Amino acid sequence: MHGRPRKPEKPENAAASAAKAEKLRLLQSQFLSNHHNRIYTKEALEANAKLLEINPEYYTAWNYRKLAVQHYVAEAGSDPQAIKSVYDEELRVVEAALRQNFKSYGAWHHRKWVLSMGHSSLDQELRLLDKLQQLDSRNFHAWNYRRFLAELLNRSVEDELMHTEDMIGINFSNYSAWHNRSMLLCKQLKENDTGLTSKDVLSNEYELVQNAIFTDPDDQSGWFYHLWLIDQTMKAKPPILTSSWPSNGSELIISRKQCQGKCPLYEYRGLNIDLKEFPVVLYFNQAVSGVRSSTVTVKSFNVTWKPLSPSNSLASEIWVAYLNLAGEECHFEGPITVEFCIGQSQGILSSSGSPYGKPLRVAFTVTKEPIRVQDVEGHNPEMVSWEDPNFCADEVDSGVLNSDVSFIKERKENKESTISEWQKDTISKEIAGFRDLLSIKDYKIGKLTLARLLMADDALSFPYGNRSVHSAEVLELLKDLTKSDPTHSRYYEEHISLVLLQQLTSSEEMLRRHLFYFKGANTSSFHKPLCLRLNNLSLSRLGLFNKLLGVQMLDLSNNELQSIEGLEAMQLLSCLNLSKNKLGSFTALEPLRHLKSLKVLNISDNEIGSHSIDTRRYLFSSPLSHNEAVVWDPDVVPSDAASPTNYWEAFMLFKSLKLTQLDTIGNAVDDGRFRSFLVKIMPSLLFLDGQKLV
Amino acid sequence: MEMEMGNSGLAVEKHVQYILSVEKRKDDFVSVVMEHLRLNGAYWGLTTLDLLGKIHAVDVDEVVSWIMACQHESGGFGGNIGHDPHILYTLSAVQVLALFDKIHILDIDKVTNYITKLQNEDGSFSGDMWGEVDTRFSYIAICCLSLLHRLDSINVEKAVDYIVSCKNMDGGFGCTPGGESHAGQIFCCVGALAITGSLDKVDKDLLGWWLCERQVKSGGLNGRPEKLPDVCYSWWVLSSLIMIDRVHWIDKEKLIKFILDCQDTENGGISDRPDDAVDVFHTYFGVAGLSLLEYPGVKPIDPAYALPTDVVNRIFFNG
Repeated sequence: MHGRPRKPEKPENAAASAAKAEKLRLLQSQFLSNHHNRIYTKEALEANAKLLEINPEYYTAWNYRKLAVQHYVAEAGSDPQAIKSVYDEELRVVEAALRQNFKSYGAWHHRKWVLSMGHSSLDQELRLLDKLQQLDSRNFHAWNYRRFLAELLNRSVEDELMHTEDMIGINFSNYSAWHNRSMLLCKQLKENDTGLTSKDVLSNEYELVQNAIFTDPDDQSGWFYHLWLIDQTMKAKPPILTSSWPSNGSELIISRKQCQGKCPLYEYRGLNIDLKEFPVVLYFNQAVSGVRSSTVTVKSFNVTWKPLSPSNSLASEIWVAYLNLAGEECHFEGPITVEFCIGQSQGILSSSGSPYGKPLRVAFTVTKEPIRVQDVEGHNPEMVSWEDPNFCADEVDSGVLNSDVSFIKERKENKESTISEWQKDTISKEIAGFRDLLSIKDYKIGKLTLARLLMADDALSFPYGNRSVHSAEVLELLKDLTKSDPTHSRYYEEHISLVLLQQLTSSEEMLRRHLFYFKGANTSSFHKPLCLRLNNLSLSRLGLFNKLLGVQMLDLSNNELQSIEGLEAMQLLSCLNLSKNKLGSFTALEPLRHLKSLKVLNISDNEIGSHSIDTRRYLFSSPLSHNEAVVWDPDVVPSDAASPTNYWEAFMLFKSLKLTQLDTIGNAVDDGRFRSFLVKIMPSLLFLDGQKLV
Repeated sequence: MEMEMGNSGLAVEKHVQYILSVEKRKDDFVSVVMEHLRLNGAYWGLTTLDLLGKIHAVDVDEVVSWIMACQHESGGFGGNIGHDPHILYTLSAVQVLALFDKIHILDIDKVTNYITKLQNEDGSFSGDMWGEVDTRFSYIAICCLSLLHRLDSINVEKAVDYIVSCKNMDGGFGCTPGGESHAGQIFCCVGALAITGSLDKVDKDLLGWWLCERQVKSGGLNGRPEKLPDVCYSWWVLSSLIMIDRVHWIDKEKLIKFILDCQDTENGGISDRPDDAVDVFHTYFGVAGLSLLEYPGVKPIDPAYALPTDVVNRIFFNG
């Protein structure tokens, strides 16, 4: 019951209410008897109409009326007038029911059912609807019915746009009208025969919605529409490749390690790499579909491109293929050149259907160093310790930055061609408008929108890079918002993290401050692994991976991360430190399932096992979401575990990884038996929680 | 624990008594008006009892035999004995049987057949033979078949495509293509996408912002912009935020307080807003909301299947 006051019934009302209940109970039981006995007499139908007028949600009564209509229409034979009057009576009953309950699903559907038979006049419908909408301009049944009628009456998009404008004119605080407007504009944008461009369709909308927002900035009606407009304006661009690993022109040197047995081991910058599955990663500026061996050709290799996104999605920003360089081994003395070409043949499309722009050629070389005997001990890996003294901040040269981190200098070519003057102008005009609004008062939506617009402006100015001229101002706005709107502070904090990461990856100089050589393990190796240290930054969100595709060792400890969404982009990641974050479950580690090279993982001091509600449960492939059938040995999971979910999830996560070192201490999940379980499911494990396993 | 918190805490005993009393009451006006959806009511009431650890207060055999008496030859269930079959009540029947670990008493083929036949060419689902189409029915079909381990009996790909075709500019979902976003509808669509492993189709940040802005000053959640808060959205909005991992974008403490403020601490039950009349529907959504907020003493609930987590785990991991 909605909006009914909580008060004890007065005795005189109680009697009336009991009488009302008794009357309805009689109507309902009489109705059920008629229904079951298929009695469709005039009296039965009248009683039924009375019932529905009191209780329009009584769905079986509507079903009964439909059966009765069929009965009478069959009886009427070919007399159109008789048929029409049968249906007209139904429209009358529906109207009476709607007056009682405007939100009755059954009544609305009955009306649509009657009209779809094609015997009723539609002339009155719009007028009736207008009357109802005057009473409740947000009723979503009425709006659905309006769209149904517009279709039936073949009303033009323009006429319906006019209607939404009228509704907004009466009261701008009508989210339903804004919504309908967005649907109509989408239709206009999709229909190519109108000859309208995004510019034509969207330009005037800004003025309309600005009026609404500026009239009452705290009214949400225009907020989402405005964001959608910005998004549509930004979207009108073709997809481009923003980075790749290996990047164009990089020269990778890999070393072969001596080893027993048949399979040779290779390392790249001190960390092992599997030549049979040598990753090539493509990073687009937006999700694209249609990446396959014909649209991204790799010279002399057979490749299968896969989207790096969960489940069965066909579109992704990141695509990966694995080359088998081991097959080239016999003639793999000099450098081997890998060359791929993107977009030579059509097929790569953005979600809005824009095709990939100018074809792009990317080439890199892989050179094998001679065998060095001193690497023998590399076969017995040492434990990786993340202690500060193990990292040194030697100068990292640009070539290493390029190949190891995939920090690519901005490409200047075809930059201008993808951005239209209209896009730049629109965003600039909006920025000016919202600055004006903020000069009046510190409105929340003003600050948030300005921050978004400034970020959009940067994205237009530097499509290939992470450069930003506005980041300081954006940070300021977001920090203000965390204080003035504490309810949503964590929403703003995640944006702050992304801006920080953008600053950090915006230039070589900034990035260098976070790059350290690791001298802990395998120090005898010629190349020391390079580690990106993003610890102690209060990060609550990860992103901007496009500049970090080649990172092999990453320290994210001491942040605020409860999710590592997107980390799967770092396909070369071998060592990862996630200790002292806010990870709440094993399911939060889903992205690691896509990292084939991962060997060393530290998840100590998180919140795994502390929460009764798992917010990553459905973002993790499992039998619950039908994207993974699990087959496990029933002996592995203790049958009496207090929380078996943790065991199942750990099993699903770790069985696909080949970790050699894992640190888990400081999580609530440890019930004393968890360690032995981990050892059982991960035969590759050499070190667990700081101890060497025997 | 809840008792120690005194008046400000969850009045577990009162709510249990309230639900048991509604179960017995059949003659007042509200009960008569609601007669046709008694099976929904059974699901709300019994799930609440289970979340509060009191499911044993009811006679299982009595409930189960009544549920089975609501089933039709077609395989579908009516909202009460003698009422027509509809997918809405078929899900409630399956959910209540799942609570009692009694799904095996069903003729699974028969129920599956009823639901499968309701899928339309475009992937959408009708609610019954009379053809009303709504994404609520898509969720119900998918949830129900999944609980029966029969999801493969429908065209899942088309079902997912239809739901995606109902996505709006704000990242939310409506009843049919073009329909306005509404938190209840969003739960249905996000839930159906979660169960089919298709959450990548959701724009999590955009939808997350829309959903987190449903929290109003009082701490309560509304279901659409510029509407009043209502306890039922503690379920629809919260479960959706949880499925897309954005629930930390709202203030959970303020929401807990709003739900507790809607309790009738004298006679039990929870209402839509403070001082309104209570009902089973809002009592369930209030308690389920508290469960999602990890309120002490309430069993955890699964955000997609809308059943206690241990029930869902039993079905999918112990099978």
